[in-house]
Order: sequence, then structure tokens, then C-alpha cells
Amino acid sequence: MLRIDCPCCGTRDHSEFRYGGDATVERPACDNPDLDAWYRYVYVRPNPKGLHREYWQHVLGCRQWLVVERDTVTHSIHSVSFSRRQRA
Amino acid sequence: MSRYSVFSLLRHAATGNRGWQRAWRAAAPKASYDVVIVGGGGHGLATAFYLAESHGIRNVAVLEKGYIGGGNVGRNTTVIRSNYLLDGNTQFYEFSMKLWEGMSAALNFNVMFSQRGQLVTAHSADQLDTFSHRANVMRSNGIDAEILDRDAVRKLVPYLDFSDTARFPIHGAIFQGRAGTARHDAVAWGYARAASGHGVDIIEGCEVTDFVRQGDRIVGVETTRGRIGAGKVGLAVAGHTSVLAQKAGLELPIESHLLQAFVTEPIKPLVDHVVAYGADHFYLSQSDKGGLVFGGNLDGYNSYSQRGNTGVLREVCEAAIALMPNISRLRLLRHWGGIMDMTPDASPIISLTPVDGLYLNGGWCYGGFKATPASGWCFAEMLATGETPALVRGYGLGRFRSGHMIDEAGAGPFAWLQ
Repeated sequence: MLRIDCPCCGTRDHSEFRYGGDATVERPACDNPDLDAWYRYVYVRPNPKGLHREYWQHVLGCRQWLVVERDTVTHSIHSVSFSRRQRA
Repeated sequence: MSRYSVFSLLRHAATGNRGWQRAWRAAAPKASYDVVIVGGGGHGLATAFYLAESHGIRNVAVLEKGYIGGGNVGRNTTVIRSNYLLDGNTQFYEFSMKLWEGMSAALNFNVMFSQRGQLVTAHSADQLDTFSHRANVMRSNGIDAEILDRDAVRKLVPYLDFSDTARFPIHGAIFQGRAGTARHDAVAWGYARAASGHGVDIIEGCEVTDFVRQGDRIVGVETTRGRIGAGKVGLAVAGHTSVLAQKAGLELPIESHLLQAFVTEPIKPLVDHVVAYGADHFYLSQSDKGGLVFGGNLDGYNSYSQRGNTGVLREVCEAAIALMPNISRLRLLRHWGGIMDMTPDASPIISLTPVDGLYLNGGWCYGGFKATPASGWCFAEMLATGETPALVRGYGLGRFRSGHMIDEAGAGPFAWLQ
């Protein structure tokens, strides 16, 4: 079980969370007509072997969306923060 | 290479079984090959075999970073079926099924292909309607499919939960009689032996670390056993496709995820078929040793570690005993994990790439084992001709850009939900 240190609720099992995928992809502006930019946003993923920045939502806790930095080989978690602060 | 037969068995038995030769040559890498296949799993070995057998291209190397049979070809739950709904998948997996039916003879190696039949339970009238749709698509493509009502399912698999207290009462099932299982490591060994017999070099303990370029073209690979030149390079490293493709400058619509498999202690024969649970993600079969082999969902977050999480173990076992309460007291013998290339539409990629000299076979999600022969067949044709075979035209990389996904799961572009 991964243990995610929610900045709101404290350390909880990952089964309380919902996975939200890669947090490094940027959504193109709504009026961006570049098909390639949308293709990359929806489908292309760097899929790193090592540190991965990813979204988790604490659905059975505070319901906040978090950004977790996790190693995809060792599963060790390097940082957890609110995703809204990342976006500011 | 000596042929295996009942006579060779008798001859070796008479001489104390001391004369058996190794099944394939332990080759050292040459300076260059016409085709280098990266990845000595089922797909890479099958590709090498069909390159030699069907296209006469025998100056071929298969590079495997670990040992033959140590990757996903030895980690799956060995289920083989061709009950796909969507055009592109339906025909491809049925072609694969036909190759399975002739595989032991073609390879002179008993892969223990057992067409014991597979059924998927339906738990409502509506679900059985969707299964009827699938069965009709299968039949119109010449594939065997039967729709069973509750009584027929009960007659076939009486050990499922037909009680009044079943969590999701069984309403019926879809059944494919030609589906079944095969011994997965025999498939790897059989293809390796047959390919090696045709002159293919199978090089174990040889990890590809980079590509060698000449201008824009890839002309070889750097490996832990030195540089190897190549006329063409075929990637067949599902699980790690992103890692290698990145070295070639390719960005892919793939995420790596972990899928677990489980086996119980051996018991007497109980499960004669492959059974899949229509109300949750769970499927099982019984191995020839007697263990119940089963699996379920992905762990659900990107992973390159071949280790599973216990949370999934609990969920899968809950599904197991909801379907078969009589196995609740069995002890788990082992569980293990394998890394899947997950694509946004749950369908594979067999494709030419924008990089000259590089060909891609990956994105198998968890449909890779049953596809082994057809994947090798088509990828070999692609490597030999430089063209996309008709059977895999739907599996090109360009489908995500053009919107022609084959989204069998219908789960949206979320790799971990497929």
C-alpha cells in the first residue's frame, strides 16, 4: 500500500485516493487550433521510469486534488502538495 | 537441431536422458545483422521465427536484457481467446487463434495448447444483450460463439454461485469453445528453439542502451555487450516501450502499468474452462498442476516495478469468492506482477515509425499473450516488406491523431482505466 501524506488530512493509505495521471501535461488554451497540441495533451505521455509527477484526489478524505512526486520503480514518494498551488 | 518426436523421447529414455541438447544456441553477438529485434519475449521471438520461416530473412538477432521466458511471456495468465467486438481486433485475434491451433506442429514443440473453452458470465438481461451483439459479430466473422442461459451455465460450471444470496446472480454467459490456455514458457522456448534452428541468434543478458544513427536513420544499437549494427531495428519490449522509444526520439501514447497474477495451492480438478466474471474484473483457469491461476485489475498507477500491491490482491479475491464461494478457504501460493504498455484505447501498436529504420511493436495492454503468434507474423511481414500488413492497419501510431481508435473498453483516454 502506498502511503500518501495528504497536506490536509495527514498520512493515509492510497486506497483512499483516486489516481489522476500525469500532472506535467498542460492543457492547451481553449482557442488553440493546433491539432497537434491537443493530440499531445490527450494522448502523449512521457511515462518516465523514475520520478513521476502525478495527480491523486483524496476522494475518501478532504477531496482535494494533490500533486504527488513518486518514483515509478521504487514507489517512494518524494513530495505531496495541493495541485491548486502548483497552478497558481 | 534434432527434431522432437516420440522416437527421440524413446531413444533418450533408453540412454538415461543424458543426451538432450540445449534447445537453442547460446549465440554471441555478431558485428551486424539484417534485422535486430529488441526484446526476447514471445512477440520478439515469434517475429524472428516468422522472419526466417516465411520471409527467408535469417541474419537476425533477438536481444534480450534478461533471460528467455523471464518477462511478460512468463508472467501472464495464459488465456487465449478471440472474442473481440471491434473491427480490427476481431479479425486479428481470430487469425492469432488459428496460428495457435497449428503452433505445436509448426514449432515441433508442445506448447500444451488446450482449447478448454472460455465463458464470461452475464449478470443481467441487458448484459446478455451486449454479449449477444458480440457473439453475432464473432459469428459473422466465422468465429465460434454461443450464448448460454442460466440453466446452461449451471450445467457447464455448477461450482459458481447459483444460490439465492449471490451478490450478482448469474443470468447467462457468452461461451467460446475454441478459447483456452497454453503453457506460456513453452511458447517462448518453442519459438526460441525454432528461430535458432533457422539461424537466428538469440542473445540473452544483452540490454539495449541506445541507438546508433547515421544521419536520420537508425543503423544499429548500443548494448551492454557492445555495438551491434542493424539494417532494421524492431522494438518488441512491451512494458518498457516508452523508455527505448524515447532514446530514439519518439513520444508515444503509452503509460506503463502493473498487472498482477495469482495462483493458489494445487487442488484436484475443479475448473474445466476459463471463467471470467462479468460483474467485476476477475478471470481464472486451473493449471495442469492443479493451481487456480487468476487475475483482475491493474494496480492503477504508473509503475515499472514488477511488484504488486496488496490492495489489488484483496479486491481480486473479493471478486473471486463473489463468483466462487467454494474457493474461499484456498491458500494463495504465489502472486507476481508484470509491466504492461497501456495505450489510451486498450489496443496494441504495430506500426511504422517516423524514425527511419525503426519499427514498433508494443502497447499490448493485457492482451499480449494471446496475440503472440499473430503479432510475430505481422511484425515479421512489416520488417520484411517495410509495409503495413492489412491485418494490422488499424494498429498504427497515427490512429490517435486521426481519431480512429479501437477502443474495446470504451473507457476514455485513461491508460489506467482500460
